[in-house]
Amino acid sequence: MKRLDAPVARTYAGAASAAGPLLYVRSTRRAKLGEWVRIECAGQEERRGQLIDVGNEITVIQVFEDTLGLRPTDATITLTGETATTVVGKDLLGRALSGTGAPLDGLPPSIGEARLPIWGAPINPVRRQHPSDFIETGVTAIDGMNTLVRGQKLPIFSGPGLPGVELAADIVENARPARGEPFAVVFAAIGITERETQSFVSRFRESEVMERTVLFLNQASDPTIERLLTPRVALTTAEHLAFHHGIHVLVVMADITHYAEALREVAAAREEIPGRRGYPGYMYTDLATLFERAGVLKDSPGSVTQVPVVTIPDDDITHPIPDLTGYITEGQIVLSRELHQRGVYPPIDVLPSLSRLMNAGIGKDHTVAEHREWADQLYAVYARGREAKLMAAIVGSEGLAPGDQRALEFVEAFEKELIHQGGARRSLHDTIRTGWSLLDTLPRDELTRISDDTWAARAAAPKKQGSS
Amino acid sequence: MSEPRITRVAGAIAEAEPLGDAALYELVEVGKKRLLGEVIRIDGDVATIQVFEETSGVGLEEPVRRTGSSLTTRLGPGLLGAILDGIGRPLEGLADRSGNFIAPGATLPTLDPEARWSFVPSIESGATLSSGDVLGTVEERPGLIHRVMVPPGMAGRVADIQQGTFTVSDTIATLDDGSPLRLSHPWPIRERRPMGRRLPGDRPFITGQRVFDLLFPVVEGGSVAVPGGFGTGKTVIEQSLAKYAKADVMVYIGCGERGNEMAEVLHDFGRLTDPVTGRSIMDRTILIVNTSNMPVAARDASVYLGMTIAEYYRDMGYHVAILADSLSRWAEALREIAARLQEMPGEEGYPTYLANRMSRLYERAGRVESEGSAPRTGAVTFITAVSPPGGDFAEPVTQASLRVVGALWALDARLAHQRQFPAVDWDSSYSLYVDGSADWFASEGGADWAKLRTETIRLLQRDRELREIAGLVGVDALEDDDRLVLEGARIAREFLIGQNAFHPHDAFSTVAKTYHLARLLWAFMQTGSEALSSGVGFEKLDLAAVRVAFGAVKTAPPDALDERIAETEQTIADMGAT
Repeated sequence: MKRLDAPVARTYAGAASAAGPLLYVRSTRRAKLGEWVRIECAGQEERRGQLIDVGNEITVIQVFEDTLGLRPTDATITLTGETATTVVGKDLLGRALSGTGAPLDGLPPSIGEARLPIWGAPINPVRRQHPSDFIETGVTAIDGMNTLVRGQKLPIFSGPGLPGVELAADIVENARPARGEPFAVVFAAIGITERETQSFVSRFRESEVMERTVLFLNQASDPTIERLLTPRVALTTAEHLAFHHGIHVLVVMADITHYAEALREVAAAREEIPGRRGYPGYMYTDLATLFERAGVLKDSPGSVTQVPVVTIPDDDITHPIPDLTGYITEGQIVLSRELHQRGVYPPIDVLPSLSRLMNAGIGKDHTVAEHREWADQLYAVYARGREAKLMAAIVGSEGLAPGDQRALEFVEAFEKELIHQGGARRSLHDTIRTGWSLLDTLPRDELTRISDDTWAARAAAPKKQGSS
Repeated sequence: MSEPRITRVAGAIAEAEPLGDAALYELVEVGKKRLLGEVIRIDGDVATIQVFEETSGVGLEEPVRRTGSSLTTRLGPGLLGAILDGIGRPLEGLADRSGNFIAPGATLPTLDPEARWSFVPSIESGATLSSGDVLGTVEERPGLIHRVMVPPGMAGRVADIQQGTFTVSDTIATLDDGSPLRLSHPWPIRERRPMGRRLPGDRPFITGQRVFDLLFPVVEGGSVAVPGGFGTGKTVIEQSLAKYAKADVMVYIGCGERGNEMAEVLHDFGRLTDPVTGRSIMDRTILIVNTSNMPVAARDASVYLGMTIAEYYRDMGYHVAILADSLSRWAEALREIAARLQEMPGEEGYPTYLANRMSRLYERAGRVESEGSAPRTGAVTFITAVSPPGGDFAEPVTQASLRVVGALWALDARLAHQRQFPAVDWDSSYSLYVDGSADWFASEGGADWAKLRTETIRLLQRDRELREIAGLVGVDALEDDDRLVLEGARIAREFLIGQNAFHPHDAFSTVAKTYHLARLLWAFMQTGSEALSSGVGFEKLDLAAVRVAFGAVKTAPPDALDERIAETEQTIADMGAT
């Protein structure tokens, strides 16, 4: 790699003070912001850290491992002269690695093709290709109503006890590259439990899916501050596969909530002025440096698509973690506790769900010509039915207007027949067909979102959409 | 005196000493990579610098160089069609240099130094000029005449002036005292450009969105805040305005927003034509792009850069609209820097001077008469998206905006979930520009414009009351007149104020189309009411046909619009006859 300055390692004996995950060191000459640090303490495993504030008087090290038992005065601190890097390469496919890229599968470390800094530079917006390639996930509520496209970042807003990771696993298993193009998965486990990890990993361990997957696992029992590195190591790996090898990479990051908590822990230790609910004021910018690494480039065949999983604390969508995530990502897939309890799987509530890039990825050249109208019409009737449901709770369904009554019945059918699909994959063709069969139960003059052209096309080709 | 060196780096902030003799907001180059930054605090020998580029890898003891001026941008021909980052560097140029990813430390001029422009003087040697006077013109883009002006603060007798093709830094004229005049001049972006005097706004800014033009209009030179939680369609509104609204020049500031959205803007804008002039809309657009993962200090600068460019075209006598998405990200940049400086926080951690900075920024909008002996009238309209956390408007950025703006377009998540777009909440939105624009709409839209506006609002308000009642007693228990109101309001929501930003014939509504749809709605209410009072039952009205007819007007191609309107009139007239 080309470097302007050859890195020079400097070693210091003893830190001035320590607090939580932080070490404070005096007079560190020529220290660089972001510099990678090794910390040795007799009888303990080596720890790693990073400079997050450098000054002539005091320099702050953020330590990635647990600081339990670390004696600042006895620590030997080495400033390496380099910033954090990770080994990238195609040979990582099929491997299970720790949250910072060390082998967990008993195999020797990967030799890789390059060592890249994990703090990725922003993509120049003029070099971005506007994402418009449809990804068929096999999930109706996504493919039909909140379409995912390549280069998009579309989080799953889950809740404690809701199957967010399971849905992400479904997508990984069922997603199909449109034209048989090279496809890979990078999974970053960020502080999730052993059970959640297994629900993801065990499904793929023996299957062909694993051959095109890289796993980075920082689990609940692993060091919390390391969680700040895991998604960046994963994204750096993904970018290399995408933009160097031309592979379409799907990155699943679970769970962003744990990442944000690690961020808060460091901010609190630094006695920073807290923002909402104690999360730092720069959390938006920080999360953006993860999510904005999704994209498609104009001159490169690959892409990075992100499906982060966010567990919403207390089902409060205005909590800063889902709130800031929603402001950065291109939509959200929202899981509903009510649907989950009624046995609907996946329990996706389509009303608050949204894919901002859907319009570019659907229609005649991508999916089916009437896709937009079809989705709008389903949304309109379903929204009306949900409102009618609230009203019916007060006045009883007999008090509703006939249109509202029909919409109310529609809600039931919509959730059972269209949203619910168990764990099975459903093709886009079946999704569209099932949607039509629900709409066809309603009087045509209530379907105001369907254009005359679409009616004409359906009349001309009744078999295409009328039967399987 | 020794060379200033870095003594601390943390996030976007660096400290250097000895640098006590620097000026506040002086531009400096930080470290070996020569990252641009500006001095924001001086304490004895130590200067605190906010750095506009990524500081990772910047080390102690690296040098800091002074530039002697504050953050300026060069104003001149070549701005139209430009795509700039927050501190005015062309992004295409950066890509040519460092490829797909942005590498810090590149300096690039805003205006192409090589481009040659054909300059035609409009004065002769010997003329006496004052600040703001026009020297001559350059046709910057087809149809847009760039007026080359005497920079603010300069004046004198012209010793010599030339016609020909020049670069932006060539001398085109000389004053008696020897000072050169060029096609471009620098301007510090944080300072407002001087003007002759302020004028009241009296012309509406035609947005092409019926809910705004009809219900909550804004005048040229006005300011509007557009707050809404995520997913309520702020960005779609800003983009629709940038594409279709009527202005001579559009400045679009993507401030701390998504990279893919900017890619969409670049993709769409390159393919679209101005509905009035028929030319590419990039010919009238300047894009300023600072995505959310680009350095936070440059986000602060991006808004001032956009404002300065807008004021420059305003001074030439143009109507300029600034669309900023989102001002909350700008405010958060202030908060992030303030927190690094350990300033005493105000509400929600924002600095105590937030409201002050915001009102000073909003007040740079306005309709003005320029400086100079033959003043021109121009305007800057400022429309800003605001992203309140959790969609709760009781937060400092929304509240500080509301203290200064003339109109509020409040977006509502509930409407967005029902796919009612633009998701403007008609109950809480307002405009103080209704009276100022009334005369124009009466003469250009229709004499009864104001009445249709009032009736539409009254209908929507009545609808809300009735729906509350219906929620208790059921729709069937309502009187026929009230059910007609519910139906009318539904038509209003779906076909009048609802607009599909992705439908080729619905994305933009002319004043005439807006007027006719409002008029047809009124006709529907009148006719329906007459039918009911003549004894026709509500169930007998052919409402389905009416809805189909309204839908056809809404999406009619321009050449079929009159026909669709006539058909709808007939359908309304016939609806009680069955």
